[in-house]
Amino acid sequence: MAAIKGYRRCAPGTQPPYLHPPYVSSAKRAPIARLIHLPHTLTEITGPVFGTEFCDVKASDLTRQHVGEPLGERIIVSGRVMDEDERPLRDTLIEIWQANSAGRYLHSNDQHNAPLDPNFTGCGHTLTDSEGRYRFVTIRPGEYPWTNTQNAWRAAHIHMSVFGPAFATRLVTQMFFPGDPLIPFDPIFNCTADEAARNRLISKFDWDTTIPLEALGYRFDIVLSGRESTPIEDNSHSHGARK
Amino acid sequence: MTLQATTWQTVGPFFSIGLSRLYRDNLAAPCAAGERVNISGRILDGDAKPVPDGIIEIWQANSYGKYAHPEDVQDKPIEKEFSGFGRIATDIDGMFRFSTIKPGRVPGPDGPDGKPTLQAPHLAISILTRGLLRRLVTRMYFPGDPANTEDFVLGLVEEPRRQTLIAKKIEAPQGSLDWNVVLQGANETVFFAL
Repeated sequence: MAAIKGYRRCAPGTQPPYLHPPYVSSAKRAPIARLIHLPHTLTEITGPVFGTEFCDVKASDLTRQHVGEPLGERIIVSGRVMDEDERPLRDTLIEIWQANSAGRYLHSNDQHNAPLDPNFTGCGHTLTDSEGRYRFVTIRPGEYPWTNTQNAWRAAHIHMSVFGPAFATRLVTQMFFPGDPLIPFDPIFNCTADEAARNRLISKFDWDTTIPLEALGYRFDIVLSGRESTPIEDNSHSHGARK
Repeated sequence: MTLQATTWQTVGPFFSIGLSRLYRDNLAAPCAAGERVNISGRILDGDAKPVPDGIIEIWQANSYGKYAHPEDVQDKPIEKEFSGFGRIATDIDGMFRFSTIKPGRVPGPDGPDGKPTLQAPHLAISILTRGLLRRLVTRMYFPGDPANTEDFVLGLVEEPRRQTLIAKKIEAPQGSLDWNVVLQGANETVFFAL
């Protein structure tokens, strides 16, 4: 077996810690023991491949999944999925989910006293094209209250799940909207120490993708771990970990 | 490197809206070669309470030890119907259940003598729950497999914590395994930094 080229580890502070006390639910679910450094093997540099057979082309338009149109402000969310070396990641599955324009999810556990919209499920998916581009048509989700602390509100966001080329590149994140006054108070948004890293979760308003008389455009690029430039020399046996 | 990987955020409590389409608790079609195994367990939090709003994602090789992925260039059979991907949500009791085939051995890093090694059969696992700001990565190994003693990843973990990575046999029905994921506390599962 030829030497394995692993994926890069995240830079310190650019990913959330597991324990983040302002996000109350993390208190009992964050591991306490130190994570064990795992050298990447064939297991980690491979991962599930989702082709067009997993994709319904209509699923990228969340405004046309029902008889009528959903209420709310129609928007275009688009961008590119790339690795850290700006290489486009093609044919990558993106799954999204979100609240409706009133800030209510179509989910039995969402008890927020806001109306459901019979014309909005809040679920979509697509594959990136040959240049790593994706595009969704949806409505702007509403902000909503939650029970984290007294008078807690989530900033408006769209959940995004991306696989990328390998088990090591898996990403689930949330996209936010520029100018949202709740962003400075959102403990989930603010869980990442590195300010530049967390601000990259805020999409950019974009004239180029705005459709006149139809929908505002927001751009959100997604970056997955890049490839190590040299094969892994990390040889666990020489570390003598087994005692 | 000019860019930095995007920051993780929690899946939150409502992930089923977007992720249930690819829920898959049977990873292997009846025609898949290999030993069928039924695996069940619970995700538990730091108070040993069940986590009813979690998901586990599985990535595994087929019974020949071949991943259905272009970077696996081993000369071993690929099975069209076996993608190696599973995704299971926990139920109200924090339980997950899935059925698959025991994977074969896949290559590990070269040993100290420069010779190629094989890893013991294992499943790569991502844990995603409300309250987890990013995924937890772990592995599940198979009880009683002689290859476990020479697996380099298990070798990275001291006893007794190594045992958290190895499922337990259940007497009946045959081929059933039990494997719990403890997010925090005394019996905390071993999690890996990728």
